[in-house]
Amino acid sequence: MEMDAVTALLAAAVGAGTPLLYAALGEILCERSGVLNLGVEGMMLVGAVCGFLAAVETKSPGAGVAAAMLAGGALAAVHAFMTVTLRVNQIISGLALALFGTGVSSYLGKHLIGVPLPVTPGPLPIPGLADLPVVGAVLFSRDPLVYASYLLVPTAWFWIHRTRPGLHLRAVGEDPATADAAGVNVYRVRYAGILAGGMLAGLGGAYLSLFYAPCWVENMTAGRGWIALALVIFAVWSPLRALAGAWLFGGIEALGFRIQVLGAVVSPFFLKMLPYLFTIAVLVFFTAWNRRRRIGAPEALGLPYERE
Amino acid sequence: MQPPLVEMRGIRKAFPGVVANDGASLELRAGEVHALLGENGAGKTTLMNVLAGLYRPDAGEVLIGGRAVEIRSPGRAIALGIGMVHQRFKLVPGFTVAENVTLGMKEPRFVFHPRSIEDSIGAFARDRGLPVDPRARIRQLSVGEQQRVEIVKALWRGAGILIMDEPTAVLTPREVRELFGVMNRMAAEGKAVVFITHKLSEVMEIADRVTVMRHGRRAATVEKAGTSPVELATLMMGRGHKAPACDVHAGQPGPVVLEALDLEAEGDRGERALRGLTLEIRAGEILGIAGVAGNGQRELAEAIAGLRRVTAGSIRVGGTDVTNAGPARAIDAGVGYIPEDRLGTGLAAGMSVAENLIMKAYRGAELSTGPFLRRGRTVEWSRRLAERFRIKTPSLDTPVSSLSGGNAQRVLLARETASRPKLIVAAHPTRGLDVAATDHIRAILREQRRAGSAVLLISGDLDEIMALSDRIAVLYEGEILGTFPCAGADLERIGLMMGGVRTSGPAREGTTVPSCMRRHGRLRTK
Repeated sequence: MEMDAVTALLAAAVGAGTPLLYAALGEILCERSGVLNLGVEGMMLVGAVCGFLAAVETKSPGAGVAAAMLAGGALAAVHAFMTVTLRVNQIISGLALALFGTGVSSYLGKHLIGVPLPVTPGPLPIPGLADLPVVGAVLFSRDPLVYASYLLVPTAWFWIHRTRPGLHLRAVGEDPATADAAGVNVYRVRYAGILAGGMLAGLGGAYLSLFYAPCWVENMTAGRGWIALALVIFAVWSPLRALAGAWLFGGIEALGFRIQVLGAVVSPFFLKMLPYLFTIAVLVFFTAWNRRRRIGAPEALGLPYERE
Repeated sequence: MQPPLVEMRGIRKAFPGVVANDGASLELRAGEVHALLGENGAGKTTLMNVLAGLYRPDAGEVLIGGRAVEIRSPGRAIALGIGMVHQRFKLVPGFTVAENVTLGMKEPRFVFHPRSIEDSIGAFARDRGLPVDPRARIRQLSVGEQQRVEIVKALWRGAGILIMDEPTAVLTPREVRELFGVMNRMAAEGKAVVFITHKLSEVMEIADRVTVMRHGRRAATVEKAGTSPVELATLMMGRGHKAPACDVHAGQPGPVVLEALDLEAEGDRGERALRGLTLEIRAGEILGIAGVAGNGQRELAEAIAGLRRVTAGSIRVGGTDVTNAGPARAIDAGVGYIPEDRLGTGLAAGMSVAENLIMKAYRGAELSTGPFLRRGRTVEWSRRLAERFRIKTPSLDTPVSSLSGGNAQRVLLARETASRPKLIVAAHPTRGLDVAATDHIRAILREQRRAGSAVLLISGDLDEIMALSDRIAVLYEGEILGTFPCAGADLERIGLMMGGVRTSGPAREGTTVPSCMRRHGRLRTK
């Protein structure tokens, strides 16, 4: 009995962590290019509502996912135009899009509240692996988007550290003037990073409305976009650590639900606070441990680039 | 006749408020080292930035091998075989050497195998006499090594035309010799090497031909063999140039103002930058610090200005202990500070001339009442200073960032000397300035000495130190190896000490004679 409760909690942690993971991976790609995108929350919401709408209309979860990515990417394109082309302050543009995304998703989703998803995509156990004790249930009896996130993590790592476009991405985030002089198109790389970030944020939102919930509720991300931003720092801009962080933060969220149900002593508000507390702890730890280098943030993060 | 490898004709490039190039031209031949000589501000770097694709010219044309080309971007320049080593290296500090060298290249196509790329870059560099560890991160390397990385980067891209912007400014004499060896070798392989400089001796040593620039255009192109330093100096400055002599100071120095005792401090990378440094300066005296850059100059200046913690030793200014007291108390004790990084540390670049001028005096009753600035008085105050220091600016509300280097430096000196400081720490006060501004800055420092200030002068230019100082202290690896009166100073001995040779003999005033042998290796942080 005890074992089942733990397994269930771990499984819930992976489920709750998956939207965080997608959004955080997207934000890592974006921030690695030197652009801070505070609009993740808005992009997740727009992704969630557009994905749900498309899935209801076409009766295809796949189309929903595609629509969510397009919607998140569209909002990110605005951010890219503002921050890269017009060189607007990234914080202002990002905050504006977070607010805009929240508002527009409520508007678009007005008639979707209470509407059931015509096709509910169920879990797709992987033959063989799904029968393993504990891990089988936690990791290998999930829906396709969870599996895709497993693949995306090493892919993102490999992309960033072992490919030419990844080298350019990092260079643009570290030192855009140098990258420019070396013949890298700084604007193009940043646009690509921001768009990828927005699409993955949209995908994270779609996971919520199509798989996790599955339904549309106004403001259903409930701050997950902000947790994803904290997660990027927690992960020190590394996709591998983002996976661990996402499941940890997901676990905290899952624990919160269970504690509420059990009526236990720990306040759910305290648990909601934990991801941010962890992030601050990581910041303090890394800063103290490696004071001479900035904790691993891209050097040019937040700075608009303009050729002199 | 074969057309020249590169031909630039009638290049014009203007920036807001400045015309950097106007009708500039240049021809480069394959297989030559071509010196581009001129005062600071003559437009040398701008012209080369046009060739390297960083700037787009407002007018004029560029021909490569006789064909007109449009160099719209650095990427295009690289494709045309043009590589440039900028004065401020364009290297990503957190990247490895190999990552920097391959950055922006078409190869590798997609997957980046660190191991194999590192090995081939290491071998490539070694073959060209530019040994460098391809796995090292840029921030771990010395300036000389970073420059080698820049050259390797250009050659790896197949540069047939290599532009080097003041490459010797940051190098030790030994590294300069090595660099000249590399340049000759590249020329012998048929490449064109452009060497931007304002040092006549280097031109005479290395160049095959010289193009002298003045006021944004070419003054002349001459064969090195058919010219002389005097002719070049005349072309460069339009007038004769006298070597500065030692400035003999008439008055007797007063009481001790700065007393630094056994200072120890760490540099930015945690290396031991100051190692038991001791010196004193009296009122009405200029002490020049001679030494190759990177031997603790910056750390010394910052420690005195209260910007860097010392780990041991003490600093007293005018009898007040200011050891690790922070900048505010250093200022109160009477320290004026001219940092080497004027627009970064010295001035708030985005703020106006007037705001920068009052930035230190605003707390006084003359300029403020409680928390409020007295607008009329601050305007009057800055107007007076701007006049006294001949600051040329469109208005007092102009941001300092749009002033020329000389005028920005005048703003800084005006502010730092306005409060009649007891001690002025001047780090490279004339670096990058033209002759007129240099003369003016030096005159201001002399005037401060006459008024009774003590001046600590840090400079990379021995001529400047000779021209201003009453005494010269040689700094090497964070220690003062010896102090000499300027008059009758033994230049050869100073030169040896700057290279780390500790001459024995009777200890002179302020001389530190080590009692034991010490390590000479530089600390390097991982």
